[in-house]
Amino acid sequence: MREEQVFTHVPLATKGDPRATTGAPVDVGQTQALPNRLEESVEAGHGSERGGLAAVGASIRRYGGDDRVTGHQMFLSDLYFPDAAAVALVTLPVGRAIITKIDVKRAAGMPGVVTVLTAADLPQPVPRFGVSHQDRPVLADGEVLFHGEPVAAVVAETFDQADAAAREVDVTFIEVEGVFNLEQALAPGAPLVRDPSLRPADDENRNSNVLAAALYEWGNTTAAASEADVVVENTYTFPMVTHFPIEPVGVVAVPTDSGGLDIYSPVQHPYLLQQTIAKVIGLPLAQVRVFAPDPGGAFGGKQTPRLEPLLAFLALKTGRPCRLVLSLEQTFQMTRRAACRVTARTGFSSDGALVFHDLECDYLIGAYADVAPRVTTKGPYVGAGPYRIPNVRTASRAVMSNTTSSTAFRGFGVPQVAWATESQMDAGARRLGLDSLQIRQRNLVSSGEAFFRGPYEATADGHWHESLEKAAELIGWGLPLPPNRGRGIAVAIKPGPVSGLSQSLVRFLSDGSAIVYAGTSDMGQGARTLWQQILADELGCPLDKVKVVSGDTGIVPFDLQTSASRSTVFMGNAVLEACRDIRQRVMTLYAESTGIAEELLSEAPGVLVTPEGKMSLLEAARTALGPLGGEFVGQGTARMRGREGHPLGGDAAFYEFNCTAIEVEVDFETGELLLHKHVSVSDVGAKLNPIQVVSQDEGASIMGLGHSQMEQLLLDDHGVIRNLGALDYRIPTFKDVPVELVTYGIENHDGPGPYGSKGIGEGALLCTAGALGSAVSDAIGMPIRDLPLTPERVWMTLNQAGAHPGGDESRQVQ
Amino acid sequence: MTASEVQLDDSVGETVVNVTCTVNGKSVGFSVPPQRTLMDALRYDLRLTGTKTCCAEGECGACTVFVDGVAVNSCLILAAEAEGHDILTIEGLGEGEPGGLCDLQESFLEAGAVQCGFCIPGQVMSAEYLLRSNADPSVEEIREAMSGNLCRCAGYERIVAAIRITAQKRANR
Repeated sequence: MREEQVFTHVPLATKGDPRATTGAPVDVGQTQALPNRLEESVEAGHGSERGGLAAVGASIRRYGGDDRVTGHQMFLSDLYFPDAAAVALVTLPVGRAIITKIDVKRAAGMPGVVTVLTAADLPQPVPRFGVSHQDRPVLADGEVLFHGEPVAAVVAETFDQADAAAREVDVTFIEVEGVFNLEQALAPGAPLVRDPSLRPADDENRNSNVLAAALYEWGNTTAAASEADVVVENTYTFPMVTHFPIEPVGVVAVPTDSGGLDIYSPVQHPYLLQQTIAKVIGLPLAQVRVFAPDPGGAFGGKQTPRLEPLLAFLALKTGRPCRLVLSLEQTFQMTRRAACRVTARTGFSSDGALVFHDLECDYLIGAYADVAPRVTTKGPYVGAGPYRIPNVRTASRAVMSNTTSSTAFRGFGVPQVAWATESQMDAGARRLGLDSLQIRQRNLVSSGEAFFRGPYEATADGHWHESLEKAAELIGWGLPLPPNRGRGIAVAIKPGPVSGLSQSLVRFLSDGSAIVYAGTSDMGQGARTLWQQILADELGCPLDKVKVVSGDTGIVPFDLQTSASRSTVFMGNAVLEACRDIRQRVMTLYAESTGIAEELLSEAPGVLVTPEGKMSLLEAARTALGPLGGEFVGQGTARMRGREGHPLGGDAAFYEFNCTAIEVEVDFETGELLLHKHVSVSDVGAKLNPIQVVSQDEGASIMGLGHSQMEQLLLDDHGVIRNLGALDYRIPTFKDVPVELVTYGIENHDGPGPYGSKGIGEGALLCTAGALGSAVSDAIGMPIRDLPLTPERVWMTLNQAGAHPGGDESRQVQ
Repeated sequence: MTASEVQLDDSVGETVVNVTCTVNGKSVGFSVPPQRTLMDALRYDLRLTGTKTCCAEGECGACTVFVDGVAVNSCLILAAEAEGHDILTIEGLGEGEPGGLCDLQESFLEAGAVQCGFCIPGQVMSAEYLLRSNADPSVEEIREAMSGNLCRCAGYERIVAAIRITAQKRANR
């Protein structure tokens, strides 16, 4: 077993269809049914790693798809627990308050009420938990730090009863001044979200709302300013947005007969949840079993524990399964993406080359840390973009506020800062008389070239210029445009995972079927389909005889997490290795059982090669096992240890690179945007399942249009979110999809995952805002630096005092 | 409406309504509090959990079912209003078809329209309703008709494709 894995590149058979992966909706790639691959594999297997690949690289139908289209897929809220009690939460209608008294007497006497729990009923001090800081209390302990923070929980026989009783819990509170935006949080003398006495004495930021800071610097941006021919300086803002999974958050906690807990939660990181519950409750890991039903959309919002510890306490107190399913409105209050303000100062030489880039990034992270300090470290790491820049300074701060805590959200801190950097590239181009494509062609790094310099240099791990050129070609860059239209183009990168362990077990059964145990949460990305494809090819199993088991920490081996687009690479390699482990074991036992020297045998995908010729792996396995039968078990491990001293804890296993180009028409009367064409080109390494790649990139593109065009959480003066729920918080609908949406995946088989694959799925929203902003400014002749680009904002820009097409906002320093 | 009123132990003091209607071709009866939505009655009283709950305010379409052949958001009508009516849910759509999937459900899988799948039952019901009223919808008509169904994963294009594929299949049938 490799301890420190250097991912091996196994090239995919070059039989793929090289055409664009999608086009107009009617010209759609279609999935394939499930053929029996066994014979094909035997026929195709010539002892080459490439020969047997039939399922990998094909648009195999989604594993578990039938249950999803028939309504039989059991999501968390669909599970039936006969003896379950219902839980309702008590919250306050303000963003910050001191709780002086909670009177539960009236509520406790309501029909059907089993118990009412407040912080006073918990172990003291009230247990706190969290990934980077153990700061989130199980229930609000004397103070409420954001609108929606639970202060009490009611357990009753039915939900209606719990809900009714929750309204009768009498909370006496004093509203106190909170900070709800960056200006308030960073103002001198601002109320502090966190009591300084709770922070380390040597924390230089303890008397401010800055929880964490990061700085990346090479060259000298101050000195370089004099070398630049053009300097542009601007401030950009990115709104607070919410994940809006179609499945609201829910959790069920069940006490077990042995004093342990079963926790049902549609989480991305079941093993993190298991550890959190064990620690908060004080149970051995073996007494905590997490069942993770497939998340109904997650996007980063279902990674970290939030309400599960509370439900665990409720289950232990009542001795009953306790069930909580939030409304969509409550789900919005649980987590969100950090808002961000970036002040950028960028210098160019007269030929368009970047001379320096200086960024100050302030992220509004909310009341508790969650994983925000990681977001505000990892996003700005690539804040300067995939460019060749001799002098860079990127400073980032995680700023606390009395708002819902922010967490991971597709793109992980990159979209916020990419919005600024990409807009700056355009600002420079306008000043230099270059177009948006030219300035990127001029500065984008080539394969192997550094975009992050210093002792922990990071270099381009793909041929990114190919993506840029392909996007330009697909959008029709340079072709004449009808009136009121503009084109924009932008690029961005995101670091993949830098460390961690993924393990898999595969059982090859005596009838040729197989079971793969892989802890990746399948939240829509289709991970299980890939494992099914890998097994089909590597073991020669028919696709429909492969079963995937996940979402149960009781029987599935450890996987660090489902995030950072890591699963294809990490778990994919683990599954691949487990399959190869099985082939080795079959070969060894076959030699032992038949007396044929092992040196005379070899194995290949789906086959054992003997001196007499090839036989299917299944036939070899049966012969090897003999008349009493049995099965083979293979194990695979993928692990990266990280690198000491590295600002991210290690080098990224891969980078997601994307280029997005948009053609937009602006209605000058109303400010409305009509997107005629949206092109997204991602550097994907290899498409293990082409239609899943297309679907991921289309989904990310549209999600990117959400924060670019319409989405934003709005708060009132009390920190109360004004637009909770689907009616008031707009996400893209069918009618917001661009007239033409084209995604394209560049395949150079240069990734560290199975068959040269890379992680995908986040790339296509990294620079959506930059591309749209670029297109809109091309159309109206004026840049807009605040998102989202609502009709109101576009109209206001067009009609502001002194507005004139081509007016340059940028301050010429020299 | 032939609702009778009885007091149940698990109520919060309100009365309950007895409802008889047809669900997926079968006659069913259930007793619910008067404020219970059809969505909750289907999910919790009849345990037909294919009908999903997301926004519960008629904006997302995840709870779409047919009432007398018309697609409705089941979160916006009361269970009591189903009295005597004919309800079709996602579970009933592919019933009796080979593999339990109708051609439209099959097309969703062919087109790669399904990611997490939580919105999909509602999407399928709305799409079926569209195709029953318009056998050959244009892309524009599909986008208009489906605009009440939200998807956060897949960006809608695959669903448009699935509907187009189904229309072609039905035209060739």
